[in-house]
Amino acid sequence: MKNRSLVSISDYSKEEYLKILDLAEEFEKTPRQEILNGHVVATLFFEPSTRTRLSFESAVNRLGGKILGFADASSTSATKGETLRDTIKIVCNYADLIVMRHPLEGSARFASEVSSVPVINAGDGANQHPSQTLLDLYSIRRTQGRLENLNIFMVGDLKYGRTVHSLLMAMSQFNTTFYFISPDELKMPDEYKRYLKNMNLKYYEFKDFTDIINQADIIYMTRVQKERFSDPIEYERTKNVYILRSLMLKETKPNVKILHPLPRVNEINLDVDSSEKAYYFTQALNGVFVRQAIISSILGLK
Amino acid sequence: MKDIKHLVVSAIKEGTVIDHIPAKDLFKVISILGLDHIENQVTFGSNLDSKKLGKKAIIKISGLFFRNEDINKIALVAPEAKLNIIKNYNVVEKKVVEVPDSITGIAKCVNPKCITNNEEIVTRFTVVDKKKVILKCYYCEKITNQDNMRII
Repeated sequence: MKNRSLVSISDYSKEEYLKILDLAEEFEKTPRQEILNGHVVATLFFEPSTRTRLSFESAVNRLGGKILGFADASSTSATKGETLRDTIKIVCNYADLIVMRHPLEGSARFASEVSSVPVINAGDGANQHPSQTLLDLYSIRRTQGRLENLNIFMVGDLKYGRTVHSLLMAMSQFNTTFYFISPDELKMPDEYKRYLKNMNLKYYEFKDFTDIINQADIIYMTRVQKERFSDPIEYERTKNVYILRSLMLKETKPNVKILHPLPRVNEINLDVDSSEKAYYFTQALNGVFVRQAIISSILGLK
Repeated sequence: MKDIKHLVVSAIKEGTVIDHIPAKDLFKVISILGLDHIENQVTFGSNLDSKKLGKKAIIKISGLFFRNEDINKIALVAPEAKLNIIKNYNVVEKKVVEVPDSITGIAKCVNPKCITNNEEIVTRFTVVDKKKVILKCYYCEKITNQDNMRII
């Protein structure tokens, strides 16, 4: 992994996922390790983000590294019409590692080709966000004690949600059974279902999850956005079906945990927050440990 | 019939004949192979009758022989094309076009939010299905298929 960019979740093998998770576990035990002394990490956020940027910066700070960069593109030469190619060519002279979020898809792959230092993709449009997937894997292993043979429920927008697609690709390495719960308009795309079939993995599709929720080990919630519906009436009819309430958790397995990439709007009712089964805020904290692991392994410090 | 065809686009002594090009894609093939920038004699005919394609085009290039990887570039627009290698007015070899494993710089990515459509970047695709010619963008990872493919 040393000196290799992390652009897409498929850039890493199963063994490499596990190496990152083991390292993250180490950082959870000892979050402050001054191994990044003298290193500079550039965080280039051409598009605003709260959690991702702050958790990357927190990870660098806890490792004793220095950060330069920007939190939105309006203060950069991009507004003067500078190309991404030129921005990256310049910034890689100033930093040992680039963390980038950009609204255009494929921008991170391109940046990794132009840059002389490794690039971590912190989200390229609707395409990839591999550090999110790795922290999802970490949260699953952390709460279930394993990654193999779990029932993963994915709920909400399964058509456009990049996090569920990447998580599906990653979890397909661990004999997962998938339950897809979504309205018709936002179903899991065929290419992913075909992929699971080729991998000989089981998956089920439902429009509603109240009857089957007690099968779940992990419930991965996503936002159902109004603008995704071609028919507003359909949205009004279905929006409440995909809201998780604490009452629904009554009969669920004791080990079940609820994950959400955040930000949430209303798809997880506030009364779930106090449940032991709610894990989304800890999941966000895990993001720091996982990003410490990614950064230190790419820089060859671990 | 055969003789009439020969009259339409006259025979060459040495070189390559590319036959069974869909008539509408003739100029794309010319541009992909760079035939608009060469010094060799090039003759072509378009909208010729074809049982297979309806209307087809044919190109004859004197004194030029293609490498397989070059000729395979036209697979995106003329997958049925056939090549005859001509020496001394005789066909000495026949070749068919094969869809390559990857394609660089010929097609445009269908995704308007792809970096390749917003900055000057040579496109790159892996061919995920050779029969249906389905391409996956190396950058944005989106699928471009024959229905929405545009040649640069």
